[in-house]
Parts: sequence; structure tokens; C-alpha cells
Amino acid sequence: MNLTDLTACQWRDALREGRTSSREATDACLAAIERLNPILRAFLSVDADGARRCADEVDRRRAAREPLGLLAGIPVAVKDNMCTADGQPTTCASRILGSWRAPYDAHVVERLRAEGAVIVGKTNLDEFAMGSSTENSAFGTTRNPWDTERVPGGSSGGSAAAVAARMVPFALGSDTGGSIRQPAALCGVVGLKPTYGRVSRYGLVAFASSLDQIGPFGRTVADAALLLQATAGHDPRDSTSVSEKDQPVPDYLAALDEPVLPLRIGVPREFFGAGLDPEVEAVVRAALAVYERLGARLVEVSLPHSTEFAIATYYIVATSEASSNLARYDGVHYGRRSSDHADMIDMYMRSRAQGFGDEVKRRIMLGTYALSAGYYDAYYKKALRVRRLIRRDFEEAFRRVDCIMGPTSPTAAFRIGERAADPLAMYLSDVYTVSANLAAIPGASLPCGFTRAGLPVGLQILSDVFTEDRLLRIARMYERETDWSGRAPPLAAGPTARRGGAA
Amino acid sequence: MALSREEVLKVATLSRIRLTGGEEERFATQLSAILEYVDKLRGLDTEAVEPLAHALPIHNVLRPDEPRPSLAPDQALGGAPERAGDCFKVPRVLDEDAGA
Amino acid sequence: MSEPQLAPTIGLEVHMHLATRTKLFCPCAVEYDAPPNSRVCPVCLGMPGVLPVMNEKAVELAVRMALALNCEIPDLAKWDRKHYYYPDLPKNYQISEYDQPLGVGGWLDVDVAGRTVRVGIIRVHLEEDAGKLMHAEGGGNYSVVDLNRTGTPLLEIVSQPDIHSAEEARAYGEALRQLAVYLGISRGDMQLGQMRFEPNVSLRIGSDAAGRPRYTPISEIKNLNSFRSLERAVAFEIARHREEYEADPEGYTLEKLGKTTRGWRDDSGLSFLQRSKEEAHDYRYLPEPDLVPFMPDRKWVDELRASLPELPAQRIARYIAMGLSAEIAQALADENLIGQYFDDLTKAVARLSKTSGDWVSTRGNKVCHDWILQHVRRTLNEKKDDMGEFRSKMPAERLAELIQLVEEGKINRNTGVEVFNEMYAANKPASKIVEEKGLVQVADSGAIEAFVDQAIAANAKAVEDYRGGKKASFGRLMGEAMKASGGKANPQVVKEILLKKLGG
Repeated sequence: MNLTDLTACQWRDALREGRTSSREATDACLAAIERLNPILRAFLSVDADGARRCADEVDRRRAAREPLGLLAGIPVAVKDNMCTADGQPTTCASRILGSWRAPYDAHVVERLRAEGAVIVGKTNLDEFAMGSSTENSAFGTTRNPWDTERVPGGSSGGSAAAVAARMVPFALGSDTGGSIRQPAALCGVVGLKPTYGRVSRYGLVAFASSLDQIGPFGRTVADAALLLQATAGHDPRDSTSVSEKDQPVPDYLAALDEPVLPLRIGVPREFFGAGLDPEVEAVVRAALAVYERLGARLVEVSLPHSTEFAIATYYIVATSEASSNLARYDGVHYGRRSSDHADMIDMYMRSRAQGFGDEVKRRIMLGTYALSAGYYDAYYKKALRVRRLIRRDFEEAFRRVDCIMGPTSPTAAFRIGERAADPLAMYLSDVYTVSANLAAIPGASLPCGFTRAGLPVGLQILSDVFTEDRLLRIARMYERETDWSGRAPPLAAGPTARRGGAA
Repeated sequence: MALSREEVLKVATLSRIRLTGGEEERFATQLSAILEYVDKLRGLDTEAVEPLAHALPIHNVLRPDEPRPSLAPDQALGGAPERAGDCFKVPRVLDEDAGA
Repeated sequence: MSEPQLAPTIGLEVHMHLATRTKLFCPCAVEYDAPPNSRVCPVCLGMPGVLPVMNEKAVELAVRMALALNCEIPDLAKWDRKHYYYPDLPKNYQISEYDQPLGVGGWLDVDVAGRTVRVGIIRVHLEEDAGKLMHAEGGGNYSVVDLNRTGTPLLEIVSQPDIHSAEEARAYGEALRQLAVYLGISRGDMQLGQMRFEPNVSLRIGSDAAGRPRYTPISEIKNLNSFRSLERAVAFEIARHREEYEADPEGYTLEKLGKTTRGWRDDSGLSFLQRSKEEAHDYRYLPEPDLVPFMPDRKWVDELRASLPELPAQRIARYIAMGLSAEIAQALADENLIGQYFDDLTKAVARLSKTSGDWVSTRGNKVCHDWILQHVRRTLNEKKDDMGEFRSKMPAERLAELIQLVEEGKINRNTGVEVFNEMYAANKPASKIVEEKGLVQVADSGAIEAFVDQAIAANAKAVEDYRGGKKASFGRLMGEAMKASGGKANPQVVKEILLKKLGG
């Protein structure tokens, strides 16, 4: 079997048992990237030399019986909106950062390095994480490994595709309105957005500060759990990261195979309404039936503010915060500066006009409008009130159920270019995911089948704040009964691979 | 809530984004459509509901007043598009307080 | 429309740098003479991905100042972003407090040439300073930015419009500074730009039919950084408003023209328009999502309030009641630790002198404040130490001992000063130094007579001059006699013996 068919946990075992070396693992990934990236454009930059150096060092330490971290020697990819100080650019898939190199590592990047992971490269995204298809990248879109005419989802399309195509076993993404979960669903991998405050945002280039969270992609639940384990926890540099005292980080892997029973699953009627593709619905309902067979009870719940109102709320709150967070990109202290300006104000106007793509401009202007004098109460403040209503919907639901399930995305992967002309249609891709960000609760997408056209479908699982351990166990229950992760996209099958079958 | 071209221009200036050619109209149309969508919220009764600005009930996060090393000027200025000695260089600012 | 109705109505916004070691949101050091862009980090540079973390000392100092200004400390304070684009503001927003500040509703009693004026305080809040934008050297067609100052903690104090003259404005500003320095909130160093003033000036032009007050337009003068420019600018604005109003009483009103922003040119003594009402900033305030609210523990607030020292006004009054002049009282009350040291010193001196006579009751205070205002202050300047360090190197008890030795005549005053310096440098008590160096004053008349004879013998001309009427030569002979004694002779005795021998 192809080395790249191994999951991260399988890598970990193989490395520990000496069946392979980190260098071998890294070289295998680099070869897959070399072969597939020209087609898929999942990676914006690849640090082959750095990765090999890191892998060799881990191998040396292992041979010398020196202590090793949780992820020692396993290749990983990082979404290019997280700062890396290793010489690789951090572009946020935007032109406006020019050739800027971060002088510091994001907290999660520090954690990856401390745990011995081998960072192979930075992955593509919608510019500044604004989008649901990765088509908003200034450097070309990523293609869905299952059908290269289609989008991988967004904004973390690069990380999702990289994992789905087996270029790396796992990767970090960020989720502000669904940007981990939706691409995970469209690419047929596991993606998890932790509770807000669970993982430090220090070094994550901010899009919407009260919504952004960094989370793992993996082909299996265990892989996602492993990466979450390495990155979760308090960081004094992020005032919004929760303290160890208030919420100690549990061991996400220890009890992973223990089912959660009894299990009451909330099924919101609003997640099965108009706009949901019938094939997607059928696949998701089949997944719910699996849970019933395992002894879970499905309970109909209502989240009255969670779909359309949540989208409206999200596109006010997120854009308002984005307009503020992106004000700093002006070509004054770093990044790209225009060369045709007449004076200083003109310099700001042109640098930003030339550096930002259309979607970013739209969101900045929307946010500026929502915060401007005379509109603040009607838009921003109103949205914050509805946000509380959304949170209450979940609080009430979680009194009656242990988790909430439904489709992650209303459709499977759509064609590249299909929604580019209609921003609003694009926004509605997030209709099931945004409410979790607004309510700060954790959520995951789990592969649960395919459409007739062979496109992946994702099952979304939401649970209460700081219950990621239980959420992962719930996901694992389903995963054990099925084997979607064993199926590889055809183009990921290397010359020596065997098709299908679990490792 | 339809935005006129003038309003789009005003917002663009406030956002420090120069719009050219057909952009004003195109953005006006798109932004108007989005604003119309988000106007849904008007229909919700939120009289008795407090705004939720912070997701988690965390308070009083403070750090000790202990100095740590700063960047060296070359690192601080490393990404500067234009530099004059150890300072950032910008087009001449005429007015003391022109930053509207 | 007659003169007395045009009453100046002035509110003052004061910004002061806090005496913290690090910036408000990052651990860069606050230093005033550092090379450009050498006290910056990704956080204060506003780089992608960074986050602010609040400085606990800044919060403490802010709350202390608010308490000293008799403010209420609300249960919740929150931070907000104030947006505007400028090259000295890297994030293009300033983190400040908008509608829920750390302190509200206080006052400060200000002494204005003998009158007491109570100035209400609307609010006290924290915010970060911006960097420095400067014009190019040699007049090039560009400007340059140094971001060292970005992120320095600023305390903003906003007063009610309870100030009614330029003189009062200045007195208020000076009183705030004194209070801040006194409490250790700020070093109040005007040269370093640690205080900035923004007065809002208008004239009251009587009342309307319903009895509500009417005003001329309000002008806000930006960025005055000295008391002198504050006073001049306010006086100028009062006169300018008066002129404008008298030229157009119907049109020159607050309703019609609103508030304008003006700059001040100190060299020409003129203000100039910067922004009219229509061009006012739209700051698009946004609750700061990267910082969590501050909910002060009530016990902590009570403890801070209780720990406030006797404030300058009270201390000055107490010193005057003790018999000190207003000037001396003011000088001693200028810094909290100096006043405390004076109190400790007078007590220590009183304790030591129980048996040795009544100089304490007649001159004790004077002797103490002389030593402090002359020699302690000199030492602080020379050694660049602060009063806290001084106190640990020379506790009041030790200085009291030295003073005792001088007053008892064991050593003379000059020797006393030498011993003082040695005490500070070597951290030794006076008695030890006197003993080790054999500095005990010579008072024996026999020995002194010998020194005087020496001086007379070696300075015949001076003797002749003195006898010829030149009084100054006496001083010369005294000096010679003291020198002959190695500085140890009791000057009183030398004087007596010299006078006797010169026969005059």
C-alpha cells in the first residue's frame, strides 16, 4: 500500500515501531504534492528542505531515544492564514501582503513544532478566509480531488483537498462561518471547529475575531482528535482563550472508542427545509438511521433563528469585525504599496483597491456601512441581539439532547464558477454552519456517503461548549460502522496503490 | 435597502478603497442585495434582548507589567515598502490631523 | 448681548502617559530616548494575526487616579475600537473605551489664586497612544514614522465644562499633573510630552425663552503640550469667539455651527481650523472583540481607595497649619514620598532630641525641610534616583541622626553635608562615618586659638585690610582658620576668637 494511504495515527504507530522513518513519510508526502498540486493547487507554498530537515531531526532523536512529542515526525499542512516564521510566506491568499514574511509563529504553529510535527507547506484558501469555495484566492482556486471541475469548498479548501487527496495525513484550517466543516463535507474528510476559546488565535490572521477558530482536518476522527490534542489549550497571548483552570484540556484520544449511550440526537427541522438537495438529504438521513441502529434516539428540535436569521446575523457581525481587522492593510508598514498614488490618502485608497479581491472589498464595505454613524444600532447592535437569540436556541436544545445533527452543506460540491456571480447564493452555502460560530459551540463534519455522481456528503454534528471529547466519541460511533475514509479519490491513487479497503 | 452610487462611494472612501470604472455600480447592486437580505432581522422582536458581544463569560484577563525584548529595527522594518533610515517612509502628510 | 453675558465655558480633555514599564497591550518597554522603531513588536506594529493583552499595572494606576478624582468605579468596563486611518496608527484603529469607561462622575478642587474652583470630572479611561509622524529631515517630500510610542498607555480625563477662564484651565491642568505625579500615576514630564491638553471652548450667550443656556459654537483645540500653550490658546479662543459673536450675533451659535476642531501654532499665537462639523470623524466604534471586559472586584477597589495617601491639598493645608510657608508647603507636597519623608524626619528628629534642648520646637521643622529641599533634592538630581530609592538608602532615622550631630555642634554644617553625601554613597550611619574619619568638630578654644593665630600669621595683608575697614577680609581669614583646622573647627568659636584677636 501507498505510504500516503496511512492515517496520521497509523503513521504514529509505524514510526514508533520503526516500520518507517519520518523522512520516508515526508518524502512520500512531498512526492504526492509534487504529483498532485499542479492539478489541485491545494498548496500555495511547500517547504521541502525545511520539512526534510525537521523529519531527519525527529528520526535522529528517535534513534537516540530522546523524548518525542505527540506528533513526532508526522507531516502536516497549515492553512496560509496562520503565521509561520520559517521563511515561508504567509499570504492569506491575498496580494495585499505582498512578499511579507511573518517574524513570528502562530501559537498553533509553535505547538506543532513543539510536538515534532513536520510542517510541509501552507495551503490555499479564500482570500482572508472570506468565501465558501476557495475561488476567492488571489492565486487561483483549489480543485476538489473527487471532481476537479468542482470546488473543494471554503475557505479552508486547500487543507481539505490536501488531506482528501492524501498529500498529507492531516492539516489545520480555520472556521469562522463553516470554513472547516463545509470543505470537509465537500471533500469527504473529517473537519472540526472547536469551541470558541479552545484554541489560541494568536497568529491566526483575523477575519472575524469573535467567530474565528482554528481546527483540524483528518481522514479519520482519531486523526482530527490527535491534531486537536496538540493545539488546544490556553495561551496568555490570546485574552479570549479559555484558562486551563476553567476548562482543562481533556484527553481526546483516551476514550475515543467508547460510544456515548444513551444518546439523544437533536434533528432541527430548520436544517431539513427548502434549499437542501434531496440526494444530500437522503445520505444524511441514512447516516442518522445508523445512529438509531446503534441505540441513539432521534429527537426533533427547533432552532428558529439558526438558518436565514443566522446568515443575516453572520453577514453583519463578521463583516463588521472584518472591516475593522482589515483596516491595517494599507501598504504603510508592511505589505504591498501602490506606486501610482498622488498623496497619502490616495496611497491608502489605491494600495487597498489593488491589493484586495472583490469579495474582500464587498465585505469590508458592508462592515464599514454596518458600523457607520446612523447605522450601528439598526445593523450591528441588532445583529448582536439576534446572536443572543441564536445562542439561546442551542442552550434550550442542549437541555433536551446530547448533540445536534444534520447536513453540513445544503449541496455537494458545486462547479467552479457556478456561484461566482451571485455573492448571496455563495453565502447560503453556510446556512447550516454559521450558527455554531455565532453561538461559540463546537461542530464537526464527518464523511457519511456520496451522491450518485460520486461527490462526498458530510454529516454535521454540533454539541455544547467544551464537549469536544464527547463530540468526537459520537462521531467515532458512526465511523466504526462505516468506512468512508477508506475510499480515496481516484487521482490520489498512486502508481503502487491498491484501491479501497481500510488500512 | 438599496444603496445609491453616492452612498457606495461614501462607504468606499470610509473603507479607503478606490473604486474605478463600473465597480461603483456593480458593488452598489451586490451590496444592496445583501443589505436587503440582512434586513430580515428587522422582523425579529429583540426589544428585551441584550446584545451578545462576547461569546464566553471571560473577564479580567491581565498581564504583568514586565518588559520583554522588542524586535530589532531591521526586523520591525523588514516588511516596510519604503524606509528612511530606521523609520517608515510615507508620502508627505500636510495636515497634522488629516486622518479622517 | 452685553459683555458680562459672554461667559467662557471650558471643558478640558487631558491625556497623560502612565508610569508603567511596558505598553498597554504588549510587553515592549516604554522608553523615551530609544532609537526609532527599537521598542516595537508584532503586537504594537499591528502585524497580521496579533492580539492585545491588557497591562494590569495600567489598569491599577487608572483606577487609583479615578478614585483620587472621587470617581465611581462601575462594575463593568469594556474596551472599544475607534477607527481612523493614519500612518502613526498601525492598526488604523485605536483601542480605547467608548461608553463604559473605568471611572465616571468625579471632581477635583483646584486652587486658583486663592479661590477654590471645583471642576467636575465626567470620565476617566484608558487608551493606547499612537506613534510619531514627523516631516522628513531636510524638507524632503515625504514624512517618516517612528512607532516606539505606539501602544504607550494613556489615561484620558474628561472634565465637565466647569472652567471659566484661561487661568482656571491652566490651574486645573497643573493640579491634575501634581496629583498624578504625587500618586505615582505618571511622571508628568512635560518635556517628554507626557501630558497633552485639548480644551473645548465656547461662550455662553445668555438663555433662550425657556431658560435654557445658549452658546457660541464650541472649538476644540488639539494637542497642546505645555501649560503655557494651554493658557494662551484658551485665552485666544475666548477672545476669538467674542469677536466672531459680536460680528454676527444671529449666526454665530452652537445650533448653527456646531463644534469645530482647531490646531494651535504656539510661535504665532494663533489657532487655525482643522475640521468643521461636517467633516467630523466617523469613528465607527466597535466593542473590542479581542479583549474581555474588566469587572473590578469591589474589595480590591475599596483597598485601593483606602490606600490612597493624604492628597496634596490636604497635606499643604496641614503643613501651613504647622507654620510652614505656603511655598515650602507646596514644595514638600509636590511628591507623595517627599512629604512622607518630611513627616518621618520631623518625628525622628523629635524622638532623638528629647534630652538635648529646645531647638526642635523652635527650628526643627525648618531644619528638616532645609535638608530635604536642598540636599535630598540635590542628591535625587545628581544620582538620578527616585524618592523610593533614596528612602531605602537613607531612612529618615539616619538623616535625623546626622541632623542631631550638626545641631548639637558635634560637627559643623559643612562637614555635615560631606557626611550626608558619604552616608548615601556608602550606606553607613552618620556616627560611624564621623568616627571613622575623625570628623568631630573641634570646639576646644585652646586648639582653635592656635588655628586662628596660624591664619593671622599667614595672612598679614588680610589683617591689615580688615583693620583698614574692608569687612570682606574677615571672611577670608575665617576661611583660612577653618582650613588650618581641617574644616573641623566650630565656626562660631572661630569667629568669636578671631574677632577678639583682631580687636574688632
